[in-house]
Amino acid sequence: MAIDKETVEYVAHLARIELKPEELDKLSRQLHDILGFIDKLSALDVGQVKPTSHILPISNVLREDKPHICLTPDKALENAPSKNGNFFSVPKIIE
Amino acid sequence: MKYQTVIGLEVHLQLSTKTKAFCGCAIDFGKTPNSGVCPVCLGFPGTLPVYNKAALKSAIKLALAFSCQIQEHTKFDRKNYFYPDLPKNYQISQFDLPLSRNGYLDIISEGKTKRIGITRVHLEEDAGKLIHETNSSLVDFNRTGVPLLEIVSEPDLNSPQEAFDYLTSLKNIIEYLDVSDCDMEKGSLRCDANISLRPEDVKELGVKTELKNMNSFKGVKDALVFEVDRQAELLDAGQTMNQETRLWDAENGVTVSMRSKEGAKDYRYFPDPDLTLFVIDQAMVSNIKAELPELPQEKMQRFMRDYGLSEYDAKILVSSKKDAQFAEDCIQQYPEKDKKIMVNWLIGPLLSEANCRKLNLHELNVHKDELIRLIAFVENQSISHLSAKLVLTQMIDSQKPAALIIKENNMLQISDTYALEQIISGVIQENEKSVSSFKAGKTNALMFLVGQVMKKSAGKANPKVVGELIKRRLTDA
Amino acid sequence: MELNQLTAHDLLDKLKSNQATPEGILDSLYARIQKVELKVKAYARFNPADKPGVSPRADGLLSGLPITIKDNICTEGLNTECCSKILNNFRPPYDATVISKLKTAGSSIFPLKANMDEFAFGSSTENSYFGTTHNPWNLESVPGGSSGGSAAAVASDEAIWALGSDTGGSIRQPASFCGVVGLKPTYGRVSRFGLIAFASSLDQIGPITKDVEDAAILTRIISGYDPNDSTSVNQDVPDYTNSLGKDIKGLKIGIPKEYFIAGMDTQVKAVIEEAVNKLKSLGAVSSQVTLPHTQYAVPVYYIIATAEASSNLARFDGVQYGYRAKSNNLIDMYKKTRAQGFGEEAKRRIILGTFALSHGYYDAYYLRALKVRTLIKNDFDAVFKDFDCIVAPTSPTPAFKIGERAADPLKMYLSDIYTISVNLAGIPAISIPCGFTKEGLPVGLQIMAKPFNEEMLFRLAHAFEQNTEWHKLKPRL
Repeated sequence: MAIDKETVEYVAHLARIELKPEELDKLSRQLHDILGFIDKLSALDVGQVKPTSHILPISNVLREDKPHICLTPDKALENAPSKNGNFFSVPKIIE
Repeated sequence: MKYQTVIGLEVHLQLSTKTKAFCGCAIDFGKTPNSGVCPVCLGFPGTLPVYNKAALKSAIKLALAFSCQIQEHTKFDRKNYFYPDLPKNYQISQFDLPLSRNGYLDIISEGKTKRIGITRVHLEEDAGKLIHETNSSLVDFNRTGVPLLEIVSEPDLNSPQEAFDYLTSLKNIIEYLDVSDCDMEKGSLRCDANISLRPEDVKELGVKTELKNMNSFKGVKDALVFEVDRQAELLDAGQTMNQETRLWDAENGVTVSMRSKEGAKDYRYFPDPDLTLFVIDQAMVSNIKAELPELPQEKMQRFMRDYGLSEYDAKILVSSKKDAQFAEDCIQQYPEKDKKIMVNWLIGPLLSEANCRKLNLHELNVHKDELIRLIAFVENQSISHLSAKLVLTQMIDSQKPAALIIKENNMLQISDTYALEQIISGVIQENEKSVSSFKAGKTNALMFLVGQVMKKSAGKANPKVVGELIKRRLTDA
Repeated sequence: MELNQLTAHDLLDKLKSNQATPEGILDSLYARIQKVELKVKAYARFNPADKPGVSPRADGLLSGLPITIKDNICTEGLNTECCSKILNNFRPPYDATVISKLKTAGSSIFPLKANMDEFAFGSSTENSYFGTTHNPWNLESVPGGSSGGSAAAVASDEAIWALGSDTGGSIRQPASFCGVVGLKPTYGRVSRFGLIAFASSLDQIGPITKDVEDAAILTRIISGYDPNDSTSVNQDVPDYTNSLGKDIKGLKIGIPKEYFIAGMDTQVKAVIEEAVNKLKSLGAVSSQVTLPHTQYAVPVYYIIATAEASSNLARFDGVQYGYRAKSNNLIDMYKKTRAQGFGEEAKRRIILGTFALSHGYYDAYYLRALKVRTLIKNDFDAVFKDFDCIVAPTSPTPAFKIGERAADPLKMYLSDIYTISVNLAGIPAISIPCGFTKEGLPVGLQIMAKPFNEEMLFRLAHAFEQNTEWHKLKPRL
């Protein structure tokens, strides 16, 4: 199926990635080709087939409600690009 | 034009498990920011979730309490969106195979019983907290990963009052299950509402408005009341409604539109590959069902049946789990034939005191043994019923035992006939008119005379005995 | 021979008999790295001024033997960046489970991390933020990917042994291009906790080693149930060294006809056929089998893997760790950080994956791919009913030239054609050196077995290896 630039732009927004116009062009062409290739799947009859979302036949993996040792705020924030006291700091959120 | 109001409520409930949904961080609020976290709930690269057994059990318990059908096969899905309080930029939630569906909650609103459908109860995890400053926002991930249940009602509520009643009933049951603090003020219970209006004769639902930011049950009701008026006005004026989200501004008593976001959100739900499927078989469900405590409705019926309470009184007692527990503990101290005595004390003087002080019964801090002793004083005629009520008030205020209060205030009843005869003589002498009335057949006069004796004895005379003595004196003579 | 040129099992003998020390081994490795690393670039961040740090202790089973770790496996306190700008200088506050297991077994963790395609997106290690790795057998050729750094380091004796990760062939293909051994264990055999996720339902960590015995030792150490990973299987781990030195008489080998296609390199075909003959001469019995849905594996993979990756990589947003672009508002920060922090291939896959999950396309792409995955798995189940293993080439071509496929993503994706189905089916597979092209480039033989039957792989691989000399050859650098 064809994927147009508008769709790629919208999807890039969903993925929160800014694309320059040249990137958008190049990506649209490449994705168009890739999706064309992927489309060979539509020829298959999968009507009665169950989807495999988990390859292992295991279920009900749970853990006990027991506390473990937490990180200290220092450790938690060690890699933070920006912090304010014991908080992570992010730029203003404009709705 | 008359419109029918259609309301659906979405409740998010924090479970009171010891640890978070997908990691072993202890849930403890009021902590230093980012101190109740670990690489898993911070969503650090490489980490993986493992679901909390106790949370699953609590969820099934709650679903059963609302008569939901438990899905035999259930799974977690990822709900993908970007926000700084969501460390992985997806929330682990449930989409098409939720834990449970098709339940209900019966509420009593304006005297009538109404069944409100519960569409689904599903599992998810909480996000962190944001503090907004002028040019930045601060993020605290302590709350991230706390296990949540989302309880969605059918749009069966038709008034803000019904919505309020639904929430109080919901909370009442959840309290009995002991799976959550369910406190809106503390944030362990959050509620969003969906409301639309439609002309009375129309079957299709109107355009719905989502309401957020209500911080109490009353707030939910007030917000809905405001919305009903606002929407009716708009519809009367012929305006078309657009689907939108509005925030409740409690201070100004209005709802305010959130600036419109980009269309409908595409959450790109897909099954979370890091978590296995869950098979909830019949045996598991039966075990948990067997462990369900007696729920408010059942308890109410039983109180009515076993203790002869009216529906009204029974409802009041069961509306708080601890109150019901306290009441039952007290009542059970009495043999069958005497239970009524305690019952009357509970629904009478105790409840009165509680209402006066705007507290629950159990919050009066009256110990059941002390209450029983107090009642015994009355039953063996050591003090009058009237005195006993005063003693009760003092017991609550001072936390002193009944016996001590009675002693300190010299309240023991005079049942001694000799002492009483003296007072009676005086009263008979001073109230010839009443004496004649009584002799003439007016029984009210006896009450009056007894009252006079009570007055003269500063309430300490045993009114029953006084009545007997006066009757005897006046009929004999 | 220098210490760094020996296998792990030889060095372990020497360490235990005090003929070598961990410091001595480290010094030998650093000397080699100083000599060849600027040509090979097996390591992500190498500075010629680097010197061995603290001497490892000669403890436990592994006596302080150093191991090289791929840059997507979390090592506490050591840079773990997935060779991406967006994880710049990320130092995890925790060890991956495999790292804990290695430390418990007495391994020392080599402080330099192996180069890789950014986030494991690639088949050539040309997508690393730190630069391309060169194939030690021909410096103008790629080492394969995404674990190209690990494979090149082992091939050039800049590492004794290494860990890689395999999502669609990322251990096996580079192992085959570099003439070393690489194993992808059964999905669920090795914990993924601490492996920075690419595709959660496909990823596995595995060994890249100089010979089969080393792979058997290492696989045993890293395997086993992990309560921190819901997808890890609770099954005993055998001592895989018990599978070594066994004969292979009567073992039934299936040769899939779909793996010998028109486009494959004729030299590779010849080498593989020779290798199969060798196996037959050792007593194995081979026949042709069919895996009918082979042609759909690459499209299925590129939907499932990119969909999962798009969600797994959402967390890289500049909020908690790594690179953050300058911006004065949040959404802009997200968009610029991810635009500037991710390389081209990463952005391509994230957008493709986001598309496959998006509203309106989910059924046609993601859901459909999950169904075809079932068909692919069924193909393998059918073959393993009658055959002990499947033998095939690892790659349709030997190592291609650097830059040859970089401009054509689709061509690059097709180089995974023989390895991808294995991940989709969740089965284990190994690649062992089995010959060379006339140009001196290694060719790898791939052996696949049914789930949790790594023993079969080691048995067959070891028998082949011990009856050939391929594993003893080293590139001239």
